[in-house]
Amino acid sequence: MKVGEAYFHHMMKNAVEIDHLRVVRGGRVVLPDLSVRVPAGQVVGLLGPSGSGKSTLIRAVVGVQVIQAGDVRVLGEPAGSVSLRHRVGYVTQSPSVYEDLTVRANVRYFAAILGASPSSAEEAIDAVDLGSHADTLVGRLSGGQRSRVSLAAALVGDPELLVLDEPTVGLDPVLRRDLWNLFNRLAAQGRSLLVSSHVMDEAARCDRLLLLREGQVLADATLPELLDRTGALDAEGAFLNLIDRAEEAAR
Amino acid sequence: MNARRTLVTAARVLTQLRSDRRTIGLMLVVPCVLIGLFAWIFDATPAFDALGASLLGVFPFVVMFIVTSVATLRERTSGTLERLLTTPMGKGDFMMGYALAFAAMAVLQAVVATAFAVYVCGLDVAGPLWQLVAVAVLDAVLGSALGLLASGFARTEFQAVQFMPAFVLPQFLLCGLIVSRDRLPDVLGRVSDVLPLSYAVDAMKSVTLDRSPGSDVAGSAGIIALWVVASLVLGSLTLRRRTA
Repeated sequence: MKVGEAYFHHMMKNAVEIDHLRVVRGGRVVLPDLSVRVPAGQVVGLLGPSGSGKSTLIRAVVGVQVIQAGDVRVLGEPAGSVSLRHRVGYVTQSPSVYEDLTVRANVRYFAAILGASPSSAEEAIDAVDLGSHADTLVGRLSGGQRSRVSLAAALVGDPELLVLDEPTVGLDPVLRRDLWNLFNRLAAQGRSLLVSSHVMDEAARCDRLLLLREGQVLADATLPELLDRTGALDAEGAFLNLIDRAEEAAR
Repeated sequence: MNARRTLVTAARVLTQLRSDRRTIGLMLVVPCVLIGLFAWIFDATPAFDALGASLLGVFPFVVMFIVTSVATLRERTSGTLERLLTTPMGKGDFMMGYALAFAAMAVLQAVVATAFAVYVCGLDVAGPLWQLVAVAVLDAVLGSALGLLASGFARTEFQAVQFMPAFVLPQFLLCGLIVSRDRLPDVLGRVSDVLPLSYAVDAMKSVTLDRSPGSDVAGSAGIIALWVVASLVLGSLTLRRRTA
C-alpha cells in the first residue's frame, strides 16, 4: 500500500503529459507536434482563438480523438485507458445530456453509470446551482443551464481530473464567477482541471495558462509570469503581444 | 458487460420514451389501424386469416427498426454517445440497454396488436396465442437490433430514415407476405432463405395455421435469434470510442 501511494504521488506530479502529439482532422493538420504538461492539483486554462486546436487537444486527453503520432498520458496511464474511465470527467463544448429527461434523471443516470450514489447526484446538481430546476426537462432550459447540467453529469463521478471544453460559454457574470469558485475549490481539494476558454478575463482564475495558436503552444506560464514577460496589463494584452511577436518572427 | 449499467440504460431509454406520449401512441395505434384496414380490404374473403398473422410479425419489426435507428443516431449526434464511451459504460451494455428497452415496448405493442387482430378483427389462430405474442416480441427485438446496426452507417437523421426502405422493403417483398416463398424465382428464393423477416413471417404462419406449431416456431425463432445476436455484435463494432 505504501509503495503504491509513493508511486501514485510520483506519477501525480503531472495530471497530463503530452509528447509530440500530432493530430490530422479531415486532411488538415490541427496539432503538428505538441508537447505539454498539465500539473496536478491546479486549474490550467487552455486559451486561444477558435480554431486553434483547443477542442482537439481536449479530445486527445480524454481519449476520443484518433491521433497520428505522439504519446498522451493521463494520471499516469495512456489516454483513453479503461482504468481512466472512472477517474476522468469530460464535458464537451455543446451540452451532451438528454433533452427529453429532467435534470435529475440525467444526472442520476450518469451517476448510476459511474457507480455513484443518488445522493451524489443531488450534490452535483446543487454544485451547479440547478436545485430549483431539478425536475425540469433539460429541453426546456436555457443554453447556459443546459451546459451546467452537462457539467453536473461530469462532477457526479467525483473525478480526479476534470476536462472541460468552454464550460462558461453563455453564462452571466454571476454564474461564471460561481463556477470558477467551484473550479478553484475542486483544485484546492487536490483535483486537477483542464479548462478551455476563449474569454481572456477568465485567465485570472487559472493557476496556469496554456496559450494555443494554430496548434502550437505560444505560452505555458502563470499569469504574473506572462504579464512580466510581455509588459502587458492584463491577459488579453499579453496574448495579443505574444501573437504579434509570433507573427513577426514568422515573417 | 455489466448488468447494472445495462439496466439503468434500458430504464433511461424507457423514461425518454415515456416523455414522448405521441410516439408511444403511434407505436400502439398504427399497427391496429393497419391491421383493421387489412381486415376490411379482405372482408368476406379468407385472405385475412392467411395474411393477418404475417402482418403481425412485420409491424413490430418495421416500427422498432425506425424508432431504434433514429434514437441511436440522436445519441451519436448529440454527443451523449461520445460522453458515455468515456465513462465505464461498455459497448455491449449500451446495445443491450437499448435492445431491452425496446423489447419491453415490443411486448406492449405485440399484446395490443394481437388482441386487436384476434378479438376485434376476428383473426383465427389455431396455435396458442402466447406464441404469437412471443414471436412478435422477437421480431421487434430483431427490428431494434438491425436498427442499431443501420444507425452506425447513418450520418444524419435523413439517412437513418432512408435506411428503412433500404433495409426493410426488400425483406418485406421477399418474406412470403406478397408471393409465397416457395413460388419465388430460384435466386430470390435463396435470398429469402437468408433474410430474417422471412422467418418472422414463417413463424407467424405456423402459429395461425398449426394447432401445435411448437417445433416449427422454435426453428424459425432460432434463426431470428441468430440474426439478433449477429446484428448486436456488428452494431457494437460501429460504436467507436475514438473518432477522427
